[in-house]
Amino acid sequence: MSGDGQRRGPPPVRPVVWESGLAIDPVYGPEQLAAGGGTADVGEPGAFPFTRGIHPHMYRSRPWTMRQYSGFGTAAETHERFLYLLAAGNTGLNVAFDLPTQCGLDSDDPMAEGEVGRVGMAVDTLADMEEAFEGIDLDRVSVSLTINGAAVPIMAMYFALAQKRGYDLATLRGTAQNDILKEFVGRGTWIFPVADSMRLVGDTIEYCAAHVPRYSPVSICGYHIRESGADPAQEMAYGLSIACAYVDHVLARGLSIDDFAKGLSFNFDIHGNIWEQVAKFRAGRRLWAKLMRERYGAQNPRSMQLRMIAGGGGGGLTIEQPENNIVRGAYYALISALSGTQTMALCSYDEAYTIPSTHAATLSLRTMQILMKEMGLCDTVDPLGGSYFVESTTNAMEALIVRHMEQLEQEGGVVRGIEEGRVQAAVNRSAYEHERKVQAGEIEKVGVNCFVMDDEEQREVEFHPYREGEARRQVERLRKVRARRDAAAVAAALTALREAAAGGRNVMPAAMDAVQAYATVGEVCGALVDVFGRCREPIRF
Amino acid sequence: MNADAETARGTIRVLIAKPGLDGHDVGAKLICRALVDAGMDVTYTGLRQSPEEIAASVKKLRPDVLGLSVLSGAHALLCRKVAAALREAGVHDVLFIVGGVVPERDRALLEELGVDGVFATGSTFDEVVAFIRERTGRERTGRGNTGHDEGAR
Repeated sequence: MSGDGQRRGPPPVRPVVWESGLAIDPVYGPEQLAAGGGTADVGEPGAFPFTRGIHPHMYRSRPWTMRQYSGFGTAAETHERFLYLLAAGNTGLNVAFDLPTQCGLDSDDPMAEGEVGRVGMAVDTLADMEEAFEGIDLDRVSVSLTINGAAVPIMAMYFALAQKRGYDLATLRGTAQNDILKEFVGRGTWIFPVADSMRLVGDTIEYCAAHVPRYSPVSICGYHIRESGADPAQEMAYGLSIACAYVDHVLARGLSIDDFAKGLSFNFDIHGNIWEQVAKFRAGRRLWAKLMRERYGAQNPRSMQLRMIAGGGGGGLTIEQPENNIVRGAYYALISALSGTQTMALCSYDEAYTIPSTHAATLSLRTMQILMKEMGLCDTVDPLGGSYFVESTTNAMEALIVRHMEQLEQEGGVVRGIEEGRVQAAVNRSAYEHERKVQAGEIEKVGVNCFVMDDEEQREVEFHPYREGEARRQVERLRKVRARRDAAAVAAALTALREAAAGGRNVMPAAMDAVQAYATVGEVCGALVDVFGRCREPIRF
Repeated sequence: MNADAETARGTIRVLIAKPGLDGHDVGAKLICRALVDAGMDVTYTGLRQSPEEIAASVKKLRPDVLGLSVLSGAHALLCRKVAAALREAGVHDVLFIVGGVVPERDRALLEELGVDGVFATGSTFDEVVAFIRERTGRERTGRGNTGHDEGAR
């Protein structure tokens, strides 16, 4: 107290501006809501424009799938982790591949040295996939393959595996990430030039529409664009623009929108301000429905439903005071549930610096289970719906996302923007501004630039160990498979693959033949490189 | 420092490289921007550079500083290979720094391999800039004394 006896005015109201740039009022009521567009676009859950969720009863009838990202070492080790995760209550698997696999290289490639099995499972041939999924019911467990540049051989292997095990491709479910455009913005496992990469995504979508109709061949990722520095509105705008680019590409092949749109799914980031993320998701869901119906003329409601996985947000975690990440993770899961996600893959507390330990992965799973079983997050649909604040900010966020998408369009579209490196540069600018503000203390990060203890000792963090022996075993295994297989059949299949690629035919049938003959990931990608060449990265920062 | 001395020192030239297969380039691009803002001349190699490619770029561009960014955990192997490739290419005078997810216990190992500075996740732009300024300043004086002032380039 100042003690001067005079009454002061009310304390000043601090301005609040979200990361996306939206200014937030201290109080929301009917007037603000009406001024910002009202509730005309809210609708009913399970009905267009799906603001409140894509199912009429959401978690009351189907709780979110819990699908932790996992995989490391050899197929045998990963198989063990899969069994552990399923026994612990995971209802799906989200497969991590090592970097050589993701970059289309075999485990004995010189560039693969030191990376085999390091950040995910090493896959060279169908034999590895057979071992990883042995005894796992592919109809019961939903499997997501986090593969992009090398999606053609890995998806082909998964389908070949399913066929070999007697599943009908006509009813097989699952998801491949297979969003190559975002790889050029963040994550970086591209192989082929942008246009050829697009064509391969088109091939997988077209193939699945015809032969694996219940499979989701692409999961469009705003996630990695956000992780690379985009703000939440940019994340949604770039993600939806990329999705539209795939749609345009496939429509140009002569498919109709309802033939394939239901197979498109999404993957979004969750870190940051709770309300901003909630608005982002509700706005994005509504915008996608409108785009599909109004721009593309979709008739099937399923084509208009934005299905998503959310719960990851490694970029929000910190290496400082790492236990704080457990708390952050719990809030991320809450955001995810309040936003009506279909699947959660919650980031683990050690994810700021390593692939998750068993302990950390189990804690993440328990976090989701506690929300589901103890906290009532499945009690009712879209509990925030109708809130003056949430509906106002959902409207404002939708308008902002549309503005970003229109700007991208005016600048020549997302594909050209990525080819020329402009999208990457914009995201990087955003990352730089954010990081500078964190380092300057303008954006507060607990344990990083505030509430840092003076005597905090730099505690050594646990890293997932890299085991040379496992890598060597993988190389030996690859050599054995190569020695055992029918070399002439492999060569013929790879020739057919090159011809399909060069002749503009869908590469998936030839890729299926090749992997069934135990052609390697490196050989399949190598055959495609023979035709397409490699991408030359536009260097802009 | 007077204007003449500033000219003699020249702009600090930096090459930032991403060795190996790890595609996480946010940190690499952030440090590029921060060093440009600090007045340095920065080149970025892009992703998936082999140690030989990096050494060839160093030989061609003759930067004062080589910065590697590694987040996959393969930093020890990659630093060893890049250091060997630099020796092979006859490069001995580049300030060699590494950034990324590097546990504290690996610092000594990297220094043994010839890394001059390790900037693990959590390091600030200011720390990196100050380190580069201090170390290149000292090395330049040394060079100047022996008549090989790169700054006159």
